[in-house]
Amino acid sequence: MKAKFIYIVLFLFSTVFVLNSFIDDNPYFKITKEDVELKIPKAFPKPIYNFSQNKITPQKFVLGRKLFYDPILSKDSSTSCSSCHQRIAAFAHIDHPLSHGINGLIGKRNVMSLQNLIWRDAFMWDGGVNNLEVQPINPITNPIEMNESLTNVVIKLKHNKEYAELFHTAYNDTLINSERILKTLAQFTGLMISGNSRFDKYIEGKEAFSEDELNGLKLFKTKCANCHSGSLFTDNSYRNNGLKTDTALRDKGRGAITGTEEDNNKFKVPTLRNIEMTYPYMHDGRFRNLQQVVNHYSTSKNFDKKYDLSLNKIGELSEKEKEELIAFLKTLTDKEFLYDRRFADPNMK
Amino acid sequence: MKKTFYIILSIATFWVAMSFSPLTKSLISNGKLKITFKSYLGNNLLRLDSSVYKNELEQSFSVSNFKYYVGKFSLKKKDGTEFISTDYFLIKEDDEQSKQIILDNIPEGEYVSCNFILGVDSVHNCSGSQSGALDPANGMFWAWNTGYIFLKLEGKSDVSNSPGHIFEFHIGGYKSPYNCIRKISLNKKIIIINERTTSVKIKANAAEVMKTPTNIDLSKLSSVTNFRNATIIADNYSDMFSFISSPTKY
Repeated sequence: MKAKFIYIVLFLFSTVFVLNSFIDDNPYFKITKEDVELKIPKAFPKPIYNFSQNKITPQKFVLGRKLFYDPILSKDSSTSCSSCHQRIAAFAHIDHPLSHGINGLIGKRNVMSLQNLIWRDAFMWDGGVNNLEVQPINPITNPIEMNESLTNVVIKLKHNKEYAELFHTAYNDTLINSERILKTLAQFTGLMISGNSRFDKYIEGKEAFSEDELNGLKLFKTKCANCHSGSLFTDNSYRNNGLKTDTALRDKGRGAITGTEEDNNKFKVPTLRNIEMTYPYMHDGRFRNLQQVVNHYSTSKNFDKKYDLSLNKIGELSEKEKEELIAFLKTLTDKEFLYDRRFADPNMK
Repeated sequence: MKKTFYIILSIATFWVAMSFSPLTKSLISNGKLKITFKSYLGNNLLRLDSSVYKNELEQSFSVSNFKYYVGKFSLKKKDGTEFISTDYFLIKEDDEQSKQIILDNIPEGEYVSCNFILGVDSVHNCSGSQSGALDPANGMFWAWNTGYIFLKLEGKSDVSNSPGHIFEFHIGGYKSPYNCIRKISLNKKIIIINERTTSVKIKANAAEVMKTPTNIDLSKLSSVTNFRNATIIADNYSDMFSFISSPTKY
């Protein structure tokens, strides 16, 4: 009887052990060489950031992924990049008009999505950041986001056994510095490429559009594509899209970067890819849904005085046109990207 | 006897061949130049915190921090040939080691001028994350409007209207019209000898940050931390450097 009991216990233990080792090697989180190959969607132009000085390897990508999901980058280990950049929202922040960081402090801008970053010439709503690699310094050091210094991040990682090993695997030596932290983060975020939405499949002739979607596409081409142009759905410019300045936030936008009066209240034309998932909208997140966005563009009498003249192309939209436009915008949702296992939180395993 | 002759001949041939070979040439290393930056406030050596100085407007102030980037060094010979270094150095007043820089692998000869920039050129402002002197962790970097801070001069002055009567000049910017990179060109006979280190000293006069061409009134302008007014200070610091004449050591 006793022997039987021991056998059962042993059997259970070994089952757990085997299962455990299986989970550890979970292929869902495994990053292979093929996983980190840079695959440019057919219709896309040449990327601006090309990884020539930052050669992608699975090991470096895995390190970047761990850093992205790790609150160790913040002063009190409360906030990670992923706190505000959620995978399911194309790495924007669902249902948060303004981002919030350490100690519950509220920022003054809406989180931008992270996708197709290697085609961006500048980052942030005001384009103040000139290279993908140095972008993360902003949220890390901003007192209302992660409030940590790069020096401290380096010290914390050096004292962390797991990171010491990961850096060693990635670089073959023991050096940990800000350059490597930022470069591996750039590998992780740079590979976030979305170019496989229903729209893309429609263009390739692989999928059909409904009548509403087709009409929406036509409307989009004549009314919106002037700024949201090309396969990236942005011309990378800064414009006043008719929003009146929020008097509480007093955000000058591009003007704060260039120091030119005409640039005040101009913001980056954002991509529209995965727009369905990146609500709320606009640089200050003032619109909860796409209906409000379309209503704004359709109501010129409410525009800020210095609005961009290309908005005149839109004119007043009928309710049906608004619905069609939104139907089209939803075809830009790229489920393959939103559920891409390579970008999943590795702590889930 | 004949055997010895052949041995001597072959050794001699080898020796002559070697002396022409580029392999041997590379074994003789070029010279080095050690530049020591010495901070001054006018005619006195700069002392952080403890000393009180006066600017052109007779306003008293003390200095708590003085840092700057220098780089893109070049040495020119009379015939126009030039030695160029691509390195950058961050000179920090509170770090003696940082004030001695070494330019390596300089071809032998007599040079007549030393040129460099105060700042960081646009390429290095746009190249993403870097290490060493250009590591953003050094605190001389603006994250929100990407770019290096070329020079920091901080201190206190009773006339300053900033909180705590501090003044702070954080000067940077590589894009026109707010370009604050300044080219420094100093005439100086510098002799470089192979396998030796030539030492020279450069005076960095912090007083110049606040004068010529524009006298800074600390009661009106005590904080420059972005493009606003930055070029005024940059024009001031462009004449901050001069060689300290002392017998050159080799």
